[in-house]
Formats: sequence, C-alpha cells, structure tokens
Amino acid sequence: MARRPQKSTSTRAASAQRSAWPDDIHAQFTRVGIRQVGYVPDAGHSRLIALCRNDPAIADVVLTTEEEGVGLVAGAALGGQRAALLMQSSGVGNCVNMVSLLRICGFPCLILVTMRGEFAEFNPWQVPMGSITEPALNLCGFLTYRVDDPDDVEDVVAAGCDMAFGGNLSVAILLSQRLIGRKHWSD
Amino acid sequence: MLERRQFVARLLADRGHLLVVSGLGSPTYDVAACGDHPLNFYLWGGMGGAAMVGLGLALAQTDRAVAVITGDGEMLMGLGSLATIGVKQPKNLSIIVLDNAHYGETGMQPSHTKAGIDLVAVAKACRFANAALVTDLKHGENMRALLHSGRGPTFIQAAVKTDDLPRVLPLRDGHQIKHRFMQALGTQT
Repeated sequence: MARRPQKSTSTRAASAQRSAWPDDIHAQFTRVGIRQVGYVPDAGHSRLIALCRNDPAIADVVLTTEEEGVGLVAGAALGGQRAALLMQSSGVGNCVNMVSLLRICGFPCLILVTMRGEFAEFNPWQVPMGSITEPALNLCGFLTYRVDDPDDVEDVVAAGCDMAFGGNLSVAILLSQRLIGRKHWSD
Repeated sequence: MLERRQFVARLLADRGHLLVVSGLGSPTYDVAACGDHPLNFYLWGGMGGAAMVGLGLALAQTDRAVAVITGDGEMLMGLGSLATIGVKQPKNLSIIVLDNAHYGETGMQPSHTKAGIDLVAVAKACRFANAALVTDLKHGENMRALLHSGRGPTFIQAAVKTDDLPRVLPLRDGHQIKHRFMQALGTQT
C-alpha cells in the first residue's frame, strides 16, 4: 500500500509522530465536545482510553460488553451530550441488535473501531469477525471510513464527527491493523 | 405480591422532573398506563439496553432523577450493565425491575428469577447504594422518595403478580418519542 512520505527526517521523530494518532482523535473529541466515552479495554485503543480517562471534560465508561455502549450513546443524546464508543472489531458483532435503537430513533453515533483479523494477524480466531466487520456495520446502517495511514486519522475522524453529530448519523471509523501495528505476543 | 400498575403509579406519583426510561414489553405498557408524559422514553426494542440508556441519560443530566422501569427478562439480558453502573456510581439513577418471574410477551415461560436467581444480590454485589426487594405496596412511598433522593444508584426489584393486563400502547415512532422527550427536557438542538 502506498504511503505518504514521512514529514520528519529523523526516524525517531517520525516514529513518534506516527504513534500520535490517538492524540489526534482525542483532539477531535475536544473540538466537537464529546462528553461521554464508552469502551471495552483494548490494546489498540490504550493510549486514547488513557487520554479520555485523564480528561475532566469526559465521563469515561468502561463497559462489560460493547452493546452496552449503544444504550449509553442513546441516553447521552437524550440528555443533550455527545458520546463516542471505542471498540475492537470483534465488539462490533456484539452490538448488532442494540444498534436498532440508533436507527429507529435517529441518534448520532460515532464508533472508533480498531481492526483485528487482518494485516499480520497472529490469531486466526480474530479473522471470522474481523473480515465481516465493515459489511456488518454497513448492514446496520453505519457509514464506514477506513484509515490506514496515521497522517489521515485527524482528517477522517474530524469528517466522521461532523457527519455523525451534524446529521444524526451512525459513523464508524475503522482503524486498520496496519495503522495500529502488529501485536507483539512475546512482550 | 404487587399489582404492577398500582406499584408503577405509586412510583410515578408527583413525578416532578423525573426522567423515565421504560423497557420493552409490559413495562412500557405499564408506564404508559399511568399516563403518557413527554419525559417518558418508551423502548420498544433494544432488549437488554434500558439500564444503559438510563446511565447515559443520568451522566448527561446529573441534576435530574432518572428512573429506568423494566422487566426481569430485559434486565437479565443486560446484567453486565449493573456492573458498569456500579463503577460510575450515578447518584441520580434508579433501576426498577418489575419481576413477574416470567417472559410475558412470549408465552409466560419462566425466567431465571423464577429459579431463584437473586437480582437484588447482584445489584448489591455491583455496589448499588440501595438495593431492595419490594413485595408490598406499603413500601411504595419510601421507594418513590428514594428515586428523588439523589442517594443512588438505587435498585428496586418489585415482585409483581403474573396478571395479563390489557396492553396500553404509547407512541411507537422512535423519532417522535425522542424529539418529544428532548423538547420537554430542553436538549433539542
């Protein structure tokens, strides 16, 4: 896959810049006034989860299963607050029926999905759900935008926020496994 | 054993600014039977999600009391949400389970509570500040006051009779229910 040239000449600086995409997402949460973030703990989202937990403007809600987050989003919207959900692709499968709340009532929803079961996946058990995550979301009425390059995260998340909250739409941003990086099983 | 609609009517008496979320099936009909209200958010689907809708609402509206009124089957499907609520400790949130120990909408099959699964014990284990089993209407007024006390999270398991009551059907259009609720609450943008 073609990549943009690195902006920095230093490998270390470039590496730091490439790993700062969770900060870009958090900055967008701040820009659009996200007040509740529901999540199931996930390695790919660990930095973003920490940023949200440390942000006094955000109520962080750790969920036992991702479908709880759909109810949370609906309740937040009723109460006048914007909410976002963070989950792994496997969690999308846990949400399918509950998502009907979003569609039947026209609640805005923004989900940031870290992908598993694709590029350099070590665990084949992640593949069945990972390979149907995007079409499953589309069947559920979500607009989906995929990001492979860390430099694109800010733009795509900004666009997704504006579409979700500007139009009461359901938007999922798929953060590809190549963006997140290999899971290191020896660590 | 309680008459379900008598108990709900007692809970919703003098409701003031109380925000109500009702779980699909009989609890939605019970809440509607007590009088339609723009600050009722009637669920007709999303089984297992009522308590979490209540949590999102309670976190967004910390000055308002929020009551989720649902059934035993609906609560059992979202049992993990009691743990999630326990983590956040919302003082303004109450979960009321109208427990007839059966799945009334689907032919009265026995639910887990019929076999002795103890929802109050679950709520206590999930750090609810108040968790009570109510079997007599004489405790209705205390429970009503608890909803408005700001000392939650509160969990009330109301043991209700298995009577098959006439359905009272409120609004079904999800957009309409949402808009009406948000207009009344002042959160419509």
